[in-house]
Amino acid sequence: MRMLGRRLSFYIVTAWVAITANFMLPRLMPGNPLQQMIGKATGAVTPQQVLATKLAFSLDLHQSLWAQYIGYWHQLFLGNLGVSVTLTASVTSVLAAAVPWTIGLIGVSTILSFLLGTVSGALLGWFRGSRLDSLIPVATFFQAVPYFFLGTVTLLTFGSTLHWFPALGAYSSTVIPGWHWDFFFSLLRYGQLPVITIVLSSVAGWMLGMRNMMITMIAEDFVLMAVAKGLSRRKVIMHAARNAVLPSIANLSLAIGLVVSGALLVELVFNYPGVGNLLLQAVLDEDYPLIQGIFLVITLTVLGANLLADIFYFVLDPRTRTQAAV
Amino acid sequence: MSAVQLPRSPKVLVGAGLVAFFAVLTVVGPWLAPDNPSATNFPANLAPSAHHWLGTTALGQDIFSQLLVGARATMIVAIVAGVVATTLSISVGVAAGYMGGWTDEGLSMVSNVFVAIPGLPLLIVVDSYLPAGGRSNSFVIGLIISLTGWAWGARVLRAQTMSLRNRDFVEAARIIGESRFRIMMFEIAPNLLPVLASSLLFTILYSVGAYVTLAYVGLTSTAVWNWGTMLYWAQANNAELANQWWWFVPPGMCIALFGTGLALMNFGIDEFINPRLRSAGISGRIRRASGLPRRPRLGFTPVARATPTSTVKAGAR
Repeated sequence: MRMLGRRLSFYIVTAWVAITANFMLPRLMPGNPLQQMIGKATGAVTPQQVLATKLAFSLDLHQSLWAQYIGYWHQLFLGNLGVSVTLTASVTSVLAAAVPWTIGLIGVSTILSFLLGTVSGALLGWFRGSRLDSLIPVATFFQAVPYFFLGTVTLLTFGSTLHWFPALGAYSSTVIPGWHWDFFFSLLRYGQLPVITIVLSSVAGWMLGMRNMMITMIAEDFVLMAVAKGLSRRKVIMHAARNAVLPSIANLSLAIGLVVSGALLVELVFNYPGVGNLLLQAVLDEDYPLIQGIFLVITLTVLGANLLADIFYFVLDPRTRTQAAV
Repeated sequence: MSAVQLPRSPKVLVGAGLVAFFAVLTVVGPWLAPDNPSATNFPANLAPSAHHWLGTTALGQDIFSQLLVGARATMIVAIVAGVVATTLSISVGVAAGYMGGWTDEGLSMVSNVFVAIPGLPLLIVVDSYLPAGGRSNSFVIGLIISLTGWAWGARVLRAQTMSLRNRDFVEAARIIGESRFRIMMFEIAPNLLPVLASSLLFTILYSVGAYVTLAYVGLTSTAVWNWGTMLYWAQANNAELANQWWWFVPPGMCIALFGTGLALMNFGIDEFINPRLRSAGISGRIRRASGLPRRPRLGFTPVARATPTSTVKAGAR
């Protein structure tokens, strides 16, 4: 339990750093921060929007910095992230519509990619030196391709040229969103290509890491023992793989941040209605309240996912429960 | 073992070749470019031809020239970010690992926080506040990228330092009374070289990705030619929907091949650090010639060395 408590307090500190950075950023730039946040926005800004932003970011510059900081926290606890200058809606409501799409897309792709990469990595490690090794350079190549470029290529090849998958959006425009099968199937059909893109880009990392651990693990005595006992090959592989997978799971929480970063851009390529698309649109419009709100929500969500991954690891590896905190 | 000998597997050679190719391109690219990449004095949307090897953009610019000129900005950012980030990670990592105690607690906390906060959103937020002058400056962009890219290496270097700090040679240096700084710089750091090299390669790989992404999103100056800006303009003009593959595939492939080169070189370093991985690099020919089983037996790490007389000796550990 001590270790979990340590991790939890670490995430709380990290969240505090992110929130404080969010508070400080507009103030660190030269000039009036309110002007920074609203002045550059394209189109007319109503006085209400100015007031709302001023309130959410506690930009009353007559107060001391400390008082502004307290005010900012107060607004944050009220769920007030300001008003999007271009969408003229509260940042919280804009985000609430976009977050489920992103969590669904990234969650499904990450789980698929982890499972696929771990299984294939275990086999690659076991059959090292065989023909399977030729997969390694291929995987390395996919790892090096930027997510958005791979997205563009898959979109062009399988979407608009071969017409195997629908190209843009998250569901068919002829289906009304709701809890029924038509919508669900439409989601699946439209989700395939973005998910395939993210999996292709991220699977190599899991695969190569697992392969290296597996090769190291094969030389351990307990694997030799398992073979000596006469266990079937399947069982021996499972035996070694179960131990080799632990570092991958320990790294899961660290890798989530990287996958999220890449996946945000895949949303842009496929015009998926998630947070990534919203963020990049906000950047183009210089809609600073929205940019900052999105940064905060992404960071906090990633931290939450990290905590989940840590708990998973804690459940799987009994050593973390008996040892003192590492 | 005699001198430091990096494994010469085909993977590593191909990787080094790719990286060397792009390094040369960085230097000579802008001189080789047939045209000014920004000049708009050609017909728009030409397909590849003898005059324009990669065709022209919607504004009538020569794409091949953009590709050649763009190599330099991309590489400068990657190298600035890679070097700054690696310097940061070795200072933080070695100091934390060697000093231990509260120094370690504090420094590890800082690097863990930087690992946990997703890099790209942070980059986008910071970059969106930059004035136009900063966005066109490759060094400023490189510095900002290095801020989000140093922490991972620091963690690895810290762990490696901790495994070294109680070795006899470090103990000996401490007993002679060498200063802490000297021990860290001249006793510990040289032994971290392979890990450091691997971390540098990965940071450069990350920086290329981050820079190109920022450029693609439109957060760097669109007047500075790099491979990301090319993709930005291709996307802005719907090149992928018009099937103008010659516009967006070449810059994307350059990024991917450079990255593949770095990652393949890293395999060599991995095999150097962990000899067990090396056996996987022994080709079927060597294995047959040396009488090794087709697949290595469990519990053994076959090591094959080619001797100067071209006969291959093999021994099992």
